Amino acid sequence: MPADCLVKITDVNFAYDDRSILKGVDMEIARGKLVAIMGNSGCGKTTLLRLIGGQLKPTSGEILVDGQSVPQMNHDELYAMRRRMGMLFQFGALFTDISVFDNVAYLMREHTDLPEEMIRDLVLMKLNAVGLRGAHHLMPSELSGGMARRVALARAIALDPMLIMYDEPFAGLDPISMGVIGQLIRKLNDALGATTLLVTHDVQEALMIVDYVYFVSDGQIVAQGTPEEIKASADPFVHQFVFGEADGPVHFHYPAIPFEQELLREVAGA
Amino acid sequence: MLSRTFSVVVELVRSAGHRMNNALQTLGFAARFFMMILAYSGQSFRRLHLTIREIYFSGFQSLLIIMVSGLFIGMVLGMQGYETLQRYGSSEALGILVALSLTRELGPVVSALLFASRAGSSITAEIGLMKATEQLTAMDMMAVNPIARVVAPRFWGGVISMPLLAALFSAIGVFGGYLVGVVLIGVDEGAFWSQMQGSVDFRLDIWNGIIKSFVFGVAVSLIAVFEGYDAVPTAEGVSASIKRTVVYSALAILALDFVLTSFMFRGV
Repeated sequence: MPADCLVKITDVNFAYDDRSILKGVDMEIARGKLVAIMGNSGCGKTTLLRLIGGQLKPTSGEILVDGQSVPQMNHDELYAMRRRMGMLFQFGALFTDISVFDNVAYLMREHTDLPEEMIRDLVLMKLNAVGLRGAHHLMPSELSGGMARRVALARAIALDPMLIMYDEPFAGLDPISMGVIGQLIRKLNDALGATTLLVTHDVQEALMIVDYVYFVSDGQIVAQGTPEEIKASADPFVHQFVFGEADGPVHFHYPAIPFEQELLREVAGA
Repeated sequence: MLSRTFSVVVELVRSAGHRMNNALQTLGFAARFFMMILAYSGQSFRRLHLTIREIYFSGFQSLLIIMVSGLFIGMVLGMQGYETLQRYGSSEALGILVALSLTRELGPVVSALLFASRAGSSITAEIGLMKATEQLTAMDMMAVNPIARVVAPRFWGGVISMPLLAALFSAIGVFGGYLVGVVLIGVDEGAFWSQMQGSVDFRLDIWNGIIKSFVFGVAVSLIAVFEGYDAVPTAEGVSASIKRTVVYSALAILALDFVLTSFMFRGV
């Protein structure tokens, strides 16, 4: 494995019962880069994040994070690795019974013995980075969707992780919040010297900030490249995805028998 | 026709088998879950403030309903007990009747039923909603074990609160019986207290009542945290789990009460 590669996924297969989700995925994420995994809903993007975080085990294949094999880790090793990861969940997953401040301080209190004064300074620093220092006393229920996502962002970077993973950070946000979150993701990655993995289906937003893109469709990587390469790509799937066309390699219709046959069958059944 | 009946019977047997299988699987999972709670309980006691917070939420906040119910149950016992005892001219035994009914049975059982519906259901709802909003997954991804951090403190909070609430329930109930029997109806006060003192045995009656309420506390708390943790993470799923917590807790309390009583009070 090259020294500058933080995450390396080799021929990974994953299935729920007998429903195959990922089929022979290969991926390399270079240290310090911001990499996006894009694809339509249900193509296995989130599953990929869970495999890297060790919440799921692949049916076959190898997943290396910082040179260590994730599927072979025991509980303690896994937890030790997760302390060096930050993850932002689709809808933030903030702890609703504690304030914004306590949410960001949560990991520092759980995993370190830092004195409370230092935790206070660190939390305010993280909140300042996402522009919400003034909202530290609010409860999660008092935040707008975009603010909640920013707090979750501050919580994800609380312990200065080496790898930050974002699961659909733009979902359900207005264009302004979307732009703010996008810029934050880029800035935090560079400022912390971290590596970022971004799972999203917001092509335009992502192409503006990332270094490299993987396109996943039906559990396989169908295209990859830098944003420039992707924009210039002649691949029909990439073209359909980037320009948001309703039909193409990804069909509009869920697989079914021809409509005429279905109508006739209904009549025969009645 | 015959083949149709046959297929209906086969379907019935199949679905019964399927349900049985599911029930056994859930039971097995619950047993493993219980072992995991015990294994990860260290933090609940090392970081005592986590458990104390849960004692406040499930124990302290149940005080009002427990005390008011205890008072009324005791007053009803006083009234009904007097009504029956005075037919045999032994209304002075009212104190014994009230105290024994409460410490042996009504205290532990009724307070556990109230606890299940007041605190058990809210524990299930809280854990179920935390699961539905990915808070438990998020915790696990942050290398914080949700069983150690969320489940075990709630379990121990319930187990510790239950005997205290039951004891309080009985004490207030005795006072309610006194209010009706002595103050209202006019049973002799000296007889009321002295007969009670003479007949209630600490080990046999009070201690056994405490053991009962401890067992009920374990059962109710385990059912509540398990149903929350095992909830289907949707609105209907959480609501179904809350319903199961209340129903299973009530059935478990009554069944365990029968078993415990038959061991504790044989021929006494």
